[in-house]
Order: sequence, then C-alpha cells, then structure tokens
Amino acid sequence: MNTQLEKAIIIKNEPWTPEYYLLEFSAPGISQKAAPGQFVHVKIPDRRDILLRRPFSIFKAESGTLSILYKSVGRGTRHMAKLHAGQAVNLLGPLGKGFPIPDTNKKTLLVAGGYGMAALYLTAARAQTPGLLFAGGAGKKDILCAQDFTALGWDVRLATEDGSCGTHGLVTNILDAWQARNGKSSEPELFACGPMGMLKAVAQRAKEWNCTAWISLDHYMACGMGACLACVQKINRDGEERLACTCKEGPVFEAREIIWEES
Amino acid sequence: MNQPDLRVNLAGIAMKNPVTVASGTFGYGPEYADLIDLNRLGAIVVKGVSLNPCPGNPLPRIHETPAGMMNAIGLQNPGAKAFIKTYLPFLANYDLPVIVNIWGRTIEDYEGVAELFEGEPGVAGLELNVSCPNIKEGGNSFGTHPDLFEQVISAVRKKTTRPLLVKLSPNVPDITVFAKTAEQAGADGLSLINTLPAMAIDVETRRPRLANVVGGLSGPAIHPVAVKLVWEAARAVNIPIVGMGGILDPEDALEFIIAGASAVAVGTATFHEPTTVLRIIEGIEEYLLRHHLKSIAELRGTLKTGAR
Ligand SMILES: Cc1cc2nc3c(=O)[nH]c(=O)nc-3n(C[C@H](O)[C@H](O)[C@H](O)COP(=O)(O)OP(=O)(O)OC[C@H]3O[C@@H](n4cnc5c(N)ncnc54)[C@H](O)[C@@H]3O)c2cc1C
Ligand SMILES: Cc1cc2nc3c(=O)[nH]c(=O)nc-3n(C[C@H](O)[C@H](O)[C@H](O)COP(=O)(O)O)c2cc1C
Ligand code: FES
Repeated sequence: MNTQLEKAIIIKNEPWTPEYYLLEFSAPGISQKAAPGQFVHVKIPDRRDILLRRPFSIFKAESGTLSILYKSVGRGTRHMAKLHAGQAVNLLGPLGKGFPIPDTNKKTLLVAGGYGMAALYLTAARAQTPGLLFAGGAGKKDILCAQDFTALGWDVRLATEDGSCGTHGLVTNILDAWQARNGKSSEPELFACGPMGMLKAVAQRAKEWNCTAWISLDHYMACGMGACLACVQKINRDGEERLACTCKEGPVFEAREIIWEES
Repeated sequence: MNQPDLRVNLAGIAMKNPVTVASGTFGYGPEYADLIDLNRLGAIVVKGVSLNPCPGNPLPRIHETPAGMMNAIGLQNPGAKAFIKTYLPFLANYDLPVIVNIWGRTIEDYEGVAELFEGEPGVAGLELNVSCPNIKEGGNSFGTHPDLFEQVISAVRKKTTRPLLVKLSPNVPDITVFAKTAEQAGADGLSLINTLPAMAIDVETRRPRLANVVGGLSGPAIHPVAVKLVWEAARAVNIPIVGMGGILDPEDALEFIIAGASAVAVGTATFHEPTTVLRIIEGIEEYLLRHHLKSIAELRGTLKTGAR
C-alpha cells in the first residue's frame, strides 16, 4: 500500500468560485502517487478540538503539487478557508480505490455535480482519448472547472436547474439526450461523482443502457483507513453480499455492485 | 542515565510498554500496519468480535462533537471464526500480544466466543465488552446491571484460562461496585472507560445525527470523566487497570497512570493522528527520564492528595 502521512505546505488557498476554494499544496509524496478518484484526509491545523480529518477528492496532482477544491460548509472547512500560504497541513493519503482507466473501446462519459468535477479531473487528464463531461448544479456557481476540461480537449456539456448556465434542467437530462442520439452507435462507459440523487440516477441509466458505470460515493468518515467502519456500503461482489469500507475499497464502486439503501 | 523500564505485566500479559490501542479504533491489525510499526505497541486490542458475524447499524454511524465524536457502529464484525482465519495469522508475524475484545447478546454467546479462543495460541488475553444489551433480559445492558454483570463474567471465567480483562461502562452510579464485582467474579484486570451514552440532533431537519439515534461519546471531551473513574476503580481493587478515554497527548496517558492504571489505551486520537500511539510511548519514556524514575511501576498510583 502506498498511503502515507505527509506534512504538506500550502502554496495557495484562494476563492475559486463564490462557494469553493482552491487549496494547493506542495506534497511531493502524495502527489506523485495519486490516482484518479482517490482522496486525501486533511487534518485541520491548530484545531485539536476539531478531531476528525476531512476527506477531499484529489483535484490536480502534478510535479510535486497537489490541489483540492473545497466548499466551506461547516466548522472544519470554515477553518480551512482561513489558512494561508506557507502553513503546514498534515495530509493522509492518497486514500481509497479511485476510478479505473477508461476503456478505449467505449465512449467515456463523465457525469459530475458539486465537487464531482474536481474528483473527475484526473480521469480526464490521464485518459488516452478525450470524451465528454456532463456537469450540472443548481446554478452557474456550482460549475467548478469546466475550462480545465475544455483545455484538455474534452467536450463539455452543462446543465443548471435555474438555467443560468448551459441547458435548463438536470445533468441527467443532457445525458439522456446524448444517449438518445448516440447510444446506438457507441457504447458508453460512465464515471460519476456528485450528490446522492444524481449518483442513483446515473446508476439507473447504466442499468437501462446495460453499460458500466463507476460511481464515487460520499459517506462520513473517521479513520479513512478501513479501521473504524463508519463509512461502510453494502455491495454485492462475486456473488457475495457484504459491507465494504468506502474509504478503502471505495469511494468508487461499479454501479451494479452497489446495493442502495431505501430512502 | 539508563533508559527507564517501560515493561508491564498486565494480568499475565507481558507488554514491552504500557501503551495499547482501544478496541474498535485500530481495526484488527492490518489497517494501520503500513503507517505504524506494530512491534512498537505494548499490545493490540482488536475490534469487538462476536460468535456470529454482525452487520452493525445503518449510516450515519458517526458524528463529530467538540473535542470528540459519537459513534454507533453497532459492533459490526465478521464473527470469531473469520477473525481467527483472517487476522490471527497476520498478527502472528509481530512481536505483539493480541488481546481480543469479545461481546455477545446472551450469556451463551459470550461463553461460545470465549471458548473458541481457548484453542488459539496467538491470543494473549480477552477483553470482555459488557456494554451490550442482553436480548434475553429485556435489553438491559450487561455492563450496567450488577446481576447480569456478575453472571456474564462468572460464565466467561469458567470458559477461559486466558487473562480476562473486563471493560467497564462509565454509565453507572458507582464504578467501585462494578470494579469489585468484576474482581470477585474472576476478572484478572479491568479496562475503562467505554464510551459515554450521547445524542445529537440536526435542528434544521429535526433528525438525530446518528441513524441509531443514540451513540457513544469518545475523544478528549471524555478524558476528565475517565481519569476520575480510573482513580476510583484503582483504589477499589487489587487487579491491574488499563486506563482509556480521550488520550491525545502523553500527559493524558500519564494522568491515568498516576491515578493508578497499569497501562493505557489510545482510541479516537488515532483517527486524528495515526501515529499518536507512538508519540504517547515516547512521551511517557521522556517523562520518566525527566523525573528520574527507573520504571513505569514507580509512577503508578502516585497521586498526591492532602495538603498542598
Ligand atoms: C471521498 C470524499 C471526497 C470528498 N471530496 C470533496 C471535495 O473534493 N470537495 C468538497 O468540497 N467536499 C468533498 N467531500 C465532502 C467533505 O468531506 C465535507 O464537505 C467536509 O468534510 C465537511 O467538513 P466541515 O467540517 O466543513 O463540515 P461539518 O458539517 O462541520 O463536519 C462535521 C463532520 O461531518 C463530516 N461531513 C460533513 N459533510 C460531509 C460530506 N458531505 N461528506 C463526508 N463527510 C461529511 C465531516 O467530515 C466531519 O466529520 C468529500 C467527501 C468524501 C467522503
Ligand atoms: C469507532 C469506535 C468503535 C469502537 N468499538 C468498540 C468495540 O468494538 N468494543 C469496545 O469494547 N469498545 C469500542 N469502542 C470504545 C473504545 O474502545 C474506547 O473505550 C472509547 O472510545 C474511549 O477511548 P477514546 O476516547 O480514546 O476513544 C469504540 C470506540 C470508537 C470511537
Ligand atoms: S472511515 Fe474508518 S473505515 Fe472508512
């Protein structure tokens, strides 16, 4: 295993969109090992009353630097927003089993909501051939990094619920539209990260279209190491139903093996 | 000056230092083995194991609180047989006493799991988690009802020749009653404390933070509660005590030892910083050197009360 603890030094921590921040570290160890869809577990510096680390998907990892895109939502991320360049942050990572390398015989379709665009970036950056990114959110402010995918030569399709950017509606609407037009000629392979509702909808499409979908799940975590069993997901793998730690065997699972909770 | 002697004989379990890990916070061994040299630990206490596999509770299972966390994992585990097959061979590669934390929902369950480990040479001792409801006795917890408590310890005692530690629940009016009862029923040692019963509510949704509604509080927030209970228990019995609850710094561990504990266990702090357990060992050693103490035994139970 190549998980390590690393004292990373902040290069920059700045607003990225009205709600998200870009946090860039010098972290030669973890950045070199990071694979698409993996995450880091961030210890909140100087706040030992904030006991648990916070998990964030690895956005970019190249030449010794590692970055994440995070939204300030609670006491941990609010404190993170106050960190500045030069400060040391203890990272645990890279963690988890991320996205596989896209199958070049299929059409690679990435489906993202919220921080999902960050989580899927490395998959696009390291893919042999560009595919399509379908990204959505409530409004324009939720579209995190479309330009980074465009720069890689990817075909970016956007949808927002308020119509402020891209097609008016849900990301699954534009995904369905693509499938209706192209589904017969090319078999898609789906890669998804975003809110639970979106993930379930993508898994549903994969079932209907009889294609593979790699789904990145988000459960609350304590250890990140498979030790505490806070983050388990019921899966069916090789005919055996069991609980898998999202932090270790996930966060990415194939849609067919996920046994979704009723809700 | 020579290095101080950190060795502890815990109820027959030979530990190279007084520091172990708290059950449920360190998995079964492999989870942290790439980050921490397991050979450095005084012992490992593994996640609670029951006779049959247990799926645990629905999610969310954890919730963070100020300087602490609540958990309702629900004692998920693969069952004793799978544990023996999967993890004991791995642990045998290390110079590390293995203490198996066991639990059940009936006395028979407890007896069954204790008996299974009788044949396992890789097991140095058992830790009895009594903070579970007895499904045959209306869900009353073994750990808080003196009669059930006495019965389960006596029953397990008859089934095991291994050193038997009884893990006490803090949720009782007088810990000394339970400490003494455990000693009389045949416990070779005590470990305390288990988590404190707790609850939190999301006011926006008016839903409990944990799917199980209630859970157990751990972490630095409970440390002073634990020190008091260890101190009381240590004065009530003659068997050794493993002190735990909220250890984050070496000083937190030293408090338990001064209060009368023979060993200590690091729990939730491992999630914060996986190397905490090593830092505690080093910190204790440094303290003994600084105070010119030749061994950890010289520090145990040396609380100074009375006039300042
Ligand atoms: C594998 C994984 C990858 C993630 N990647 C990103 C990312 O790239 N960018 C991003 O903005 N967010 C990401 N998240 C969500 C992020 O971890 C939470 O938003 C963050 O932990 C909230 O911390 P807080 O202290 O601000 O919130 P608080 O509500 O104060 O946190 C309290 C506790 O709840 C946990 N928690 C709260 N919300 C979430 C959540 N949505 N998921 C998991 N735990 C939560 C916290 O970790 C903490 O333990 C990811 C989550 C997971 C599991
Ligand atoms: C996630 C988690 C799981 C736990 N599982 C068990 C368990 O299986 N058996 C047990 O006896 N105690 C269990 N405990 C309790 C701990 O062993 C310990 O008694 C308690 O957490 C107090 O120590 P701490 O504050 O250092 O964590 C668990 C605690 C946590 C946080
Ligand atoms: S977070 Fe502890 S097992 Fe996954």
